[in-house]
Amino acid sequence: MSPVLIAQDLARHYQVSRGPFAETATVKALDGVSFTLEKGKTLAVVGESGCGKSTLARLVTMIEPPTQGSLIIDGQEIVGATPATMRTLRPRVQIVFQNPYNSLNPRQKIGKALEEPLLVNTTLSAAQRTEKARAMMAAVGLRPEHYDRYPHMFSGGQRQRIAIARALMLDPEILVLDEPVSALDISIQAQVLNLIADLQQQHNLAYLFISHDLSVVRHIADEVMVMYLGRAVEKAPRDVLFGNPQHPYTQALLSATPRPDPEKKRQRIVLKGELPSPINPPPGCTFHPRCPLAYDTCRVLNPALLPHGGAEVACHVVNPPAGSASAA
Amino acid sequence: MALLDIQNLTVEFSTGSGAFRAVDRVSLSVDKHEVLAIVGESGSGKSVAMLALMGLLPWTARITADRLEFDGKNLLTMGAAERRRIVGKDLAMIFQEPMSSLNPCFTVGYQITEALKTHMPMDKGQRRARAIELLEQVGIPGAESRLSAFPHQLSGGMNQRVMIAIAIACNPKLLIADEPTTALDVTIQAQILELLLKLQKDNGMALVLITHSMGVVAETAERVSVQYAGQKVEEQRVGPLFANPRHPYTAALLSALPERATAKRLPSIPGVVPGQFDRPTGCLFSPRCTFATDLCRTTPPPLKDGALCHYPLVNGVPQGHPGTEKAA
Repeated sequence: MSPVLIAQDLARHYQVSRGPFAETATVKALDGVSFTLEKGKTLAVVGESGCGKSTLARLVTMIEPPTQGSLIIDGQEIVGATPATMRTLRPRVQIVFQNPYNSLNPRQKIGKALEEPLLVNTTLSAAQRTEKARAMMAAVGLRPEHYDRYPHMFSGGQRQRIAIARALMLDPEILVLDEPVSALDISIQAQVLNLIADLQQQHNLAYLFISHDLSVVRHIADEVMVMYLGRAVEKAPRDVLFGNPQHPYTQALLSATPRPDPEKKRQRIVLKGELPSPINPPPGCTFHPRCPLAYDTCRVLNPALLPHGGAEVACHVVNPPAGSASAA
Repeated sequence: MALLDIQNLTVEFSTGSGAFRAVDRVSLSVDKHEVLAIVGESGSGKSVAMLALMGLLPWTARITADRLEFDGKNLLTMGAAERRRIVGKDLAMIFQEPMSSLNPCFTVGYQITEALKTHMPMDKGQRRARAIELLEQVGIPGAESRLSAFPHQLSGGMNQRVMIAIAIACNPKLLIADEPTTALDVTIQAQILELLLKLQKDNGMALVLITHSMGVVAETAERVSVQYAGQKVEEQRVGPLFANPRHPYTAALLSALPERATAKRLPSIPGVVPGQFDRPTGCLFSPRCTFATDLCRTTPPPLKDGALCHYPLVNGVPQGHPGTEKAA
């Protein structure tokens, strides 16, 4: 099956001012990421804050243009595309944000919020829009009387349902889910995750699922991409990644995730230090200052994402570069 | 004798629409050197109960209890001046949002020495030395230079370390950590949890960990108290709690975790936590409970086998439940 979205070497750099007399600095929020999305499949993007996951979401939803690379949605290149092409592509990619309290207009009734995408993007009549909105509300498990209510009258889980319903109003092919359940309680989180899985099956949606919660990712993803400081460090099918994590950062991330099983006390890899500043990233592999396995090559040469053991890993320890002293 | 002894603590807030009971007859005891976790979803009253203990609730709160004793002293009859001598010294608390809990106008060093100035007979030089020692103890590199840093110059994880340093400045007997890692990334979360447990062991203090994450509970706690809608529904040691939960709410919460899921669909808990106006008359969990009977819906449950339930579970089977007896 051909992919609905192909991203090649996608990058987004920002110029930031460092004061009136200093030169502007470049933040490489996203620095060369490639992936594809397929219908009915979920690609999960995992990483800590500042790793570029949300920037990636903004590029895929065409909120911002990429600085470099190419992004092909439905066979059409969006870099350098005409505004008319962009208008036809935008409805195909929709997004659900992390915080449903902030992403809904508090002064807009739910029904109107759901109809707004149709008002902007289609030529449907008012009656048709209302009908579609009501059908979508039923599909995500909201009751008909909710149509005339305001966002503050709903709980967090219901608001996230509304946000998902709004994203689906234009029948998109790709749905970007930016931490959709991290603001919800466990019992509500399970309801919303089930809804997300059901909708994917019904509408054959491609998901880009952004999360920092590895247990949620393990449950929902088909393929996982682990990011660190704007770059992908490991990309693998779910079972490969969780069964045999190869990159030291993935290993640390997995071992740092608390597991709800008191019987299994295990050796935790606690990383030293914190994420370095993306304005001034370390030379070589950006992970080397925190990496327990780093050796000389890591400090000078940035590793490429290369296939190894069923996954793609960007690490000199896993894929030693030719002609270098390997890790002893 | 227990370090902290709470019997039937009730906290009511007078609101415009009548009294709202946020904490409903909660009993807890914490021994010296013990790690107790309080788990529950938002609105379960876990933070309010501890804030009541600290005397940090606004005047609209009405606190009643049969017994509220810390270290042999009765906190109910204690005057404000006497309470201030204990709070911050023997009884300390750290909060969820490190960024908003620290004062942005003062340096980190000032805020640490402030606690020492109030409670310890130290001169300025000693306080400064102690502040440096504390920052080193919580793992902040370059402690001496960090004393003059403002909170906005430090990352979230560093600010949380500063909060911990302030809390442990006077060697408290009991440290209450209210969601200490919720706002942090997983690798930083692992560091902070290790730090709290290390301090708990080294300083011999008791630790109350308020959290909603079952993973954090499993990896840190010795004993767990589960709260729902203001009531304590179950208390057990951590191993038995995860292996054999007694209350249907605990069981449902555990099975809703993605880590424990066996199928693509998660077994979710229907409905939401009851609010001020839809509080059930009988068992508070009855509208969402799969085992609920007419008795559950009309009569508040008794405390049976460590669970607040009419039919506490043994290996997932409700004891004395009419449905199971029919089947047997």
